[in-house]
Amino acid sequence: MTVYRYDGTFAGFLTCVWDALESKVEPAAFLLPDDEATFWEERELAADEERARRLYAALARRVSPAFRALITRGFLTCLPQRELALLTLIRRGFREGDRVRLDLSDPVMARVELALTKMWTEWDHLKGFVRFSDLDGFLVGEIEPKNRVLPLLAPHFAARYPGERLVLYDRTHREAFLSDRGRWKLVPAEDLRMGPAGPEERAFRALWRRYHETIAIEGRIDPKGQATHLPKRYRHVMTEFLTDEEMEKSLPGQAAGAKPLREGGTDRKL
Amino acid sequence: MEIMDKLTILADAAKYDAACTSSGVVRGGKAGSIGTATNSGCCHSFSADGRCISLLKVLYTNHCCYDCAYCVNRRSNDVPRTAFTPRELAELTIQFYRRNYIEGLFLSSAVLKDPDFTTERMIETLRLLRTRYHFNGYIHAKAIPGADPGLTYALGLLADRLSVNIELPSEASLRLLAPDKSKTAILRPMAQIRDGAEQSKAELKLYRHAPRFAPAGQSTQMIVGATPESDWHILSLTEGLYKRYHLKRVFFSAYMPVSDHKALPAPVGFEPPLLREHRLYQADWLLRFYGFTAQEILDESHPNFDPALDPKSDWALRHPEFFPVEVNRADYEAILRVPGVGVRGAKRIVTARRYGPLSFEGLKRMGIVMKRAQYFITCSGRMLPGLRCGPSSVYRYLAGAGQAGPGKEDWQQMSLFDGNVRPV
Repeated sequence: MTVYRYDGTFAGFLTCVWDALESKVEPAAFLLPDDEATFWEERELAADEERARRLYAALARRVSPAFRALITRGFLTCLPQRELALLTLIRRGFREGDRVRLDLSDPVMARVELALTKMWTEWDHLKGFVRFSDLDGFLVGEIEPKNRVLPLLAPHFAARYPGERLVLYDRTHREAFLSDRGRWKLVPAEDLRMGPAGPEERAFRALWRRYHETIAIEGRIDPKGQATHLPKRYRHVMTEFLTDEEMEKSLPGQAAGAKPLREGGTDRKL
Repeated sequence: MEIMDKLTILADAAKYDAACTSSGVVRGGKAGSIGTATNSGCCHSFSADGRCISLLKVLYTNHCCYDCAYCVNRRSNDVPRTAFTPRELAELTIQFYRRNYIEGLFLSSAVLKDPDFTTERMIETLRLLRTRYHFNGYIHAKAIPGADPGLTYALGLLADRLSVNIELPSEASLRLLAPDKSKTAILRPMAQIRDGAEQSKAELKLYRHAPRFAPAGQSTQMIVGATPESDWHILSLTEGLYKRYHLKRVFFSAYMPVSDHKALPAPVGFEPPLLREHRLYQADWLLRFYGFTAQEILDESHPNFDPALDPKSDWALRHPEFFPVEVNRADYEAILRVPGVGVRGAKRIVTARRYGPLSFEGLKRMGIVMKRAQYFITCSGRMLPGLRCGPSSVYRYLAGAGQAGPGKEDWQQMSLFDGNVRPV
């Protein structure tokens, strides 16, 4: 048995896929640089941009653009050992063609589809649940998602605020989205620290908290229903559930009251 | 008065309006403006009552010249009164929007002086938002019945969605509880909005820059449980509104005791009919997405929902001749009628069976929940192995499944397999 060790980037992953297809290797697992050694034979591959680019093009040309999108999006999910599942699908794609996308009841496909559904749900949630604070003219926010949704959120927020300067930090994947009046990029960032909010920012936070409180109908209070739609894991960075003091504590350091996220493919960089 | 106090009073006065969706229109970002809109809308938070907060939902003012018995803002109610200025409200909307608190503004109003005067204030606010602040996000505005059609039209050019509340499900109830409003006064602007939106759509096909009138259509809401109409009556009315007025949504609002008017249920000990409201929404989805008609869901001999059973399961149990549905061959429309299978599930089934025949195990892997569906489907001609049930036991199982409560599930599983559990 063989295991691949790679740098965690998409290009690195495609390099491994290339190798697996070429040498007919059936890997047992994919490991990242920091993962512990196993007793299996290890193949450590550096990302090969050229191979990655050619394989990336082949996925769309030889299978279909929709199939390629399935693979690239699947790579952003937090499915444990998603690389193995995606490798299986790529093999099938090259063998059977685009038809493989119909096979939703296949165990591997079903797992990837389920992971994708969860990722899009998280993306959809965060489009609404992200909170920005106006700090010296920058709109700054933070998320702690299970899936790597920041690249998917980026175009949404860049289009929504074409006149603003934005910073959105993904604490799980240590990555920041920066947008300056519509032009944006993603950069790796080990940490993000912000200064305290000014009086105007505090005033709007207070207005929002009051609104959030007032709009609930007393006769219908339903914390369970609320938690179904707005799971508690999102709340540690949401203005309406925090005081200003908690926000200042949670924003730069560890999120107050947040449960640690489960391990499993979440802590990776592209 | 401080803006904090105004917001508190005018949000509090608006909270009984059920509609808070931001759906039905797509608009990309535009340089020099702020905001976008997506077809499915976006929930930004959920309040303690579990309802979605999508828009900043406030009244322009709660000064009202009407005296509708069911309404907190009625003239005779002793509550603090105030009004925003257009500038205050526009500023608040933009600042909330910048911080991603909201998807836009839902502007309603009590009737200050008269409907025209009120509508003019609302137009002024929206115009300020759209032109001065270049707000490109979602706006839902309430059309005030009795306002000049020209003013309602101007409002619809600035808003994405308009709504007129039908308030109560029958004219008799309206006469009794809202003496200042009449059925025709409510339906007239509704028809005007429908015609305006259709004309605007036709013009847009001819000229790209034709003005857009209420591009996200219109919605309405009615109060349920304050008056004696049956569920069948309400559902038929809903269906009629979709058909005749081309509404995008009909909202139902369980009556909350806000008054001790003698024609209303006594507030002491009154429980808002939340389950009934829930059943109405379920039935409303069957009308809009599942190809059901109101007459199929309820009828004269069966005028009210079974509290223990969702309307789809209820229909399925009354139509044994329709089942079982063979998932590998049945039409999409037939699969959609299986309890427990939604639009998403039905679509996935239709896709996946193009690859090969589906088994129960495959369905489960695809995320189809078998709890209800198992009684109504076959895979390649076979029922779920080990499933034993008759019509009355299925009712019991489904009624148990319909009410999520502790303990119920265990009981259901035990009796279902009779200790004879076999891998499928």
